[in-house]
Amino acid sequence: MTGLFYPPEGKTKTMRVLIIEDDNEAAHFLVKALKESGHSAEFAEDGETGLELAREGGFDVLIVDRMLPKLDGLSLIKKLREEGKQTPVLVLSALGAVDDRIKGLKAGGDDYLTKPYAYAELLARVEALSRRTVPEEQMTRYAVGDLVLDRLSHRVTRAGEVIQLQPREYRLLEYLMKHAGQVVTRTMLLENVWDYHFDPQTNVIDVHVSRLRSKIDKGFERPLLHTVRGAGYVIRDGGE
Amino acid sequence: MTAANKRAPPAFYTTVFGVTAAAIVAFLVVGALIVAGLVWQTNRVLIEQVLQTLAAEAQVLRATETSDGIEALKRAIDARVELPGPSLYYLEDTSSTKLAGNLSRLPPELASGTGGGVFSYSQRGGASEADRLAAGLPVRLNGGGLLIVARDIEDQRALATRIRLLALAGLGCLGLGGLGLGLVIGRSVLRRVDSMRKASRAIMAGNLEQRLPRTHTGDELDRLAESFNAMLNRIEQLMHGLREVSDNIAHDLKTPLNRLRNRAETTLRDATTIKELQEGLGQAIEAADDIIKTFDSLLLIARLEAGAVSATLEDVDVGAVVRDVVELYEPVAEEAHLLLTCEVADDVVVRANRRLVGQAVANLIDNAIKYANRRSKGVANGDEPSVGNVRVSVVARHGGVRINVSDDGPGIDAKDRQRAIERFVRLEKSRTAPGTGLGLSLVAAVARLHGGSIRLEDNSPGLRAVLDLPAGP
Repeated sequence: MTGLFYPPEGKTKTMRVLIIEDDNEAAHFLVKALKESGHSAEFAEDGETGLELAREGGFDVLIVDRMLPKLDGLSLIKKLREEGKQTPVLVLSALGAVDDRIKGLKAGGDDYLTKPYAYAELLARVEALSRRTVPEEQMTRYAVGDLVLDRLSHRVTRAGEVIQLQPREYRLLEYLMKHAGQVVTRTMLLENVWDYHFDPQTNVIDVHVSRLRSKIDKGFERPLLHTVRGAGYVIRDGGE
Repeated sequence: MTAANKRAPPAFYTTVFGVTAAAIVAFLVVGALIVAGLVWQTNRVLIEQVLQTLAAEAQVLRATETSDGIEALKRAIDARVELPGPSLYYLEDTSSTKLAGNLSRLPPELASGTGGGVFSYSQRGGASEADRLAAGLPVRLNGGGLLIVARDIEDQRALATRIRLLALAGLGCLGLGGLGLGLVIGRSVLRRVDSMRKASRAIMAGNLEQRLPRTHTGDELDRLAESFNAMLNRIEQLMHGLREVSDNIAHDLKTPLNRLRNRAETTLRDATTIKELQEGLGQAIEAADDIIKTFDSLLLIARLEAGAVSATLEDVDVGAVVRDVVELYEPVAEEAHLLLTCEVADDVVVRANRRLVGQAVANLIDNAIKYANRRSKGVANGDEPSVGNVRVSVVARHGGVRINVSDDGPGIDAKDRQRAIERFVRLEKSRTAPGTGLGLSLVAAVARLHGGSIRLEDNSPGLRAVLDLPAGP
């Protein structure tokens, strides 16, 4: 066993993460888990210390709890943004209602995760956030192994053969390939591909992904679209 | 509970008695003032009259003195003194020597010789000076002497005193009677309030079926009791609902918690390899996720019920939202060998929360697929063509929108339909089905939040859910 949490992929760069969280146990859990996933992590117990650390910079992602002593999470983010710091922020909160999420994003958060969360979900989101700093949007072509997605012609080929996809399947694949090598959770797919911020009782996403998989992997020796147990999906060349 | 609470307070402490007593005191004071004023005024008028009569008599006597001399006057007075009656006289000469009259001495109040007034005198002289009261008028005689013409007014004073006494006695009786009456009323009010108090204590102690006693006379206390009872009915109803809700919540959370515990326990006991341990822990995490999902749904419903999400309304094209959700579920329906069809009117826009409407529609379709699915599984064995149908339609209606989601599954018994959409209620039959089972409760909460409604109808066969949303809440 290489660790409790799924091992880092070779492709994912190492991140420096700052956790601002007043629950000591949760913070230590995150620090440990992130380190095991191959990242480095520090934590601050209150808003003011957190703001100081965040100002010093050098972090790829901030994980900020909404309710903090001294300075609450949202004010902290607002201050950072006013000072021109653009470090991506993942807001953590026990409040999950519709309004709270919107408030969190309005304050300058980049993503919002409700407690209790699965670590896999958090890691996937943090990794996705750290990617944002790279000008990903300008890439016109994604390639994973022999699977190629051309963003200009909307053409998908595998080993040179054209694969016909429905518009939604195309967007699903585009999102997965944009985060190639990173685990993408079902909720992330729902939010980013369908723009849904709710829980569709049954695992609707699984059905969509398995359809996509049958189109891109069926008949090929090396599967590219993998299911990560307890987390989500990852598209990558190699691995099991 | 203190000792004072246990024993009923005496009627003296009631509001009725207090108000009565205060009113009576005020009444007595005013009454006493009026009586005193009347007595004083009457006295004054009577004395005035007496003095006028005396003035007339003095005129005559003075004329006698003027024409016939002081001796004639003396005789006249002696003659008048002999007559019985209340008349009093006193005549003295210039050297202040008494010449005639039945007054023993010159009353000092009248000695100045000007203006009439009241004085006291003693009838037989000597013994008691202030024995009787009289009103008198001094007259200066032409010859230099002084004549006092007076009249005894003792009877008048006695009458005034008697009137005063009578009035006081009357006021006293009135006061006592009033206080007594106040006490009686106070006691009767107290009795009724006490019985209400007892009832309310019983209710506070947890006996919610208890009601306040009523007299059915329609008086103010009775009306109060009536509205309190109506309030209690409502509270009991709510409490009943709450109890059911908490029972349901307990069930919905405890069942998966138990599952989680069982899995963890089984893993701890049976797993011998790391692979088995991982497997077991994975299952435990899945169970925990189920709990979180259920909890989230419960929380969302609770917040919707509290109206906490109303600030996020926007113009929502319901047709587009429904089409998207249908698209999301299409592959699921296909896998379940169901035909998911969708008929959507264009440009039906309402003020709503997009996310919640989407969630509601998703829940309805999810449910329809789940139940249509059940029946068809037995019939459609693998490769057979789809037999189940799920139809979704969106139509404009009264400025708002109506969303129909119907299936051809077993449906829900007419008697259970209303219950199925009550908050937090999960029909026994569905408790074992996958999912949190809170789908319809959530739809109902979303409908209520938007001022709309959800209804379950017979689709013969199957169930039709009708979600109405108004143009704006």
